[in-house]
Amino acid sequence: MRHSRRQALGLGLGAFAAAALPMAAQAALEDAIAAFTGGAATGAGDISIDAPEIAENGNAVPVSVSAPGAVAIMILGAGNPEPVIARVAFGPAAGAQTFATRVRLARTQDVVALAKLADGSVIEARAAVKVTIGGCGG
Amino acid sequence: MAADAKPRVKVPKSAAAGEVVVIKTLITHKMESGQRKDEAGALIPRSIINRFTCDFNGVNVVDVEILPSVSSNPYFEFEAKVDTAGEFRFTWYDDDGSVYEDVKAIAIA
Repeated sequence: MRHSRRQALGLGLGAFAAAALPMAAQAALEDAIAAFTGGAATGAGDISIDAPEIAENGNAVPVSVSAPGAVAIMILGAGNPEPVIARVAFGPAAGAQTFATRVRLARTQDVVALAKLADGSVIEARAAVKVTIGGCGG
Repeated sequence: MAADAKPRVKVPKSAAAGEVVVIKTLITHKMESGQRKDEAGALIPRSIINRFTCDFNGVNVVDVEILPSVSSNPYFEFEAKVDTAGEFRFTWYDDDGSVYEDVKAIAIA
C-alpha cells in the first residue's frame, strides 16, 4: 500500500485525534453519570456486573448487571464515543433487578454499571473488558 | 427497516403463582450507530431501536432506553414475577417511528 503525502497527513491527524479522544470521552462519561445521579457521589454496594475479561469481538459483548433493590440501572462503556449504553427502569412486575444484553465496545475499557436504589442513593460497579476488535465499524 | 424487524420472545408457558420467570427477547435490527462512515466518507445516519418496554397485564416490568452502543439485533434478558395468569406485552420503538409488538400468554400451573 502506498501513501500519498495527503494520506500521510491524514494519518497523522487521525493519530492526534485518537490521542485527544480519551479526554473528551472522560468528560462525556462524567456528564452522563452526573445526569443519572443528580450530582451525588456514587458508593459501593450490592451491585455486580458479569462481563467477559477478554472480548474477541467488540460488536457484541454479553453484559449482565444485577442490583437487588434497584429502581433503575444505567450501563456505560467508559471508552465509547457515546458512553451511555442503556438505561433500564424496573417496574412493579419485575421479578429481580437483573438485566442482560449485548453491547458494543469500541476498544479495551471499563464497563460501568450504576444502580439507583429506592432511597435515591446510587451505587456503582466496574468491570474491565479487553477488546480485541473494536465494535464501531468503519 | 420496518419490514424486516422480527421480534422473538421466549417466555415459559406456565409458572407457579408468585414465581419469578426469566424472559429473553431478541429483535432483528441493524442498529446503525450513526458513528460509521460509508465508502465515500459520509456519515451513515443513526437508525436504532431507542426504547423497549415489557408489561405484564398492564403493569410495567422493564422500560429500557437504548442508545447506539447496544449491539445489532438487540437482545435483552430480565426477570418478571408472575402472580396470576395473563399476558406479557413487548414493545420496541424504532427511530423511524415504527413500533413493533409481541404478546405472550402465561398460565398458572
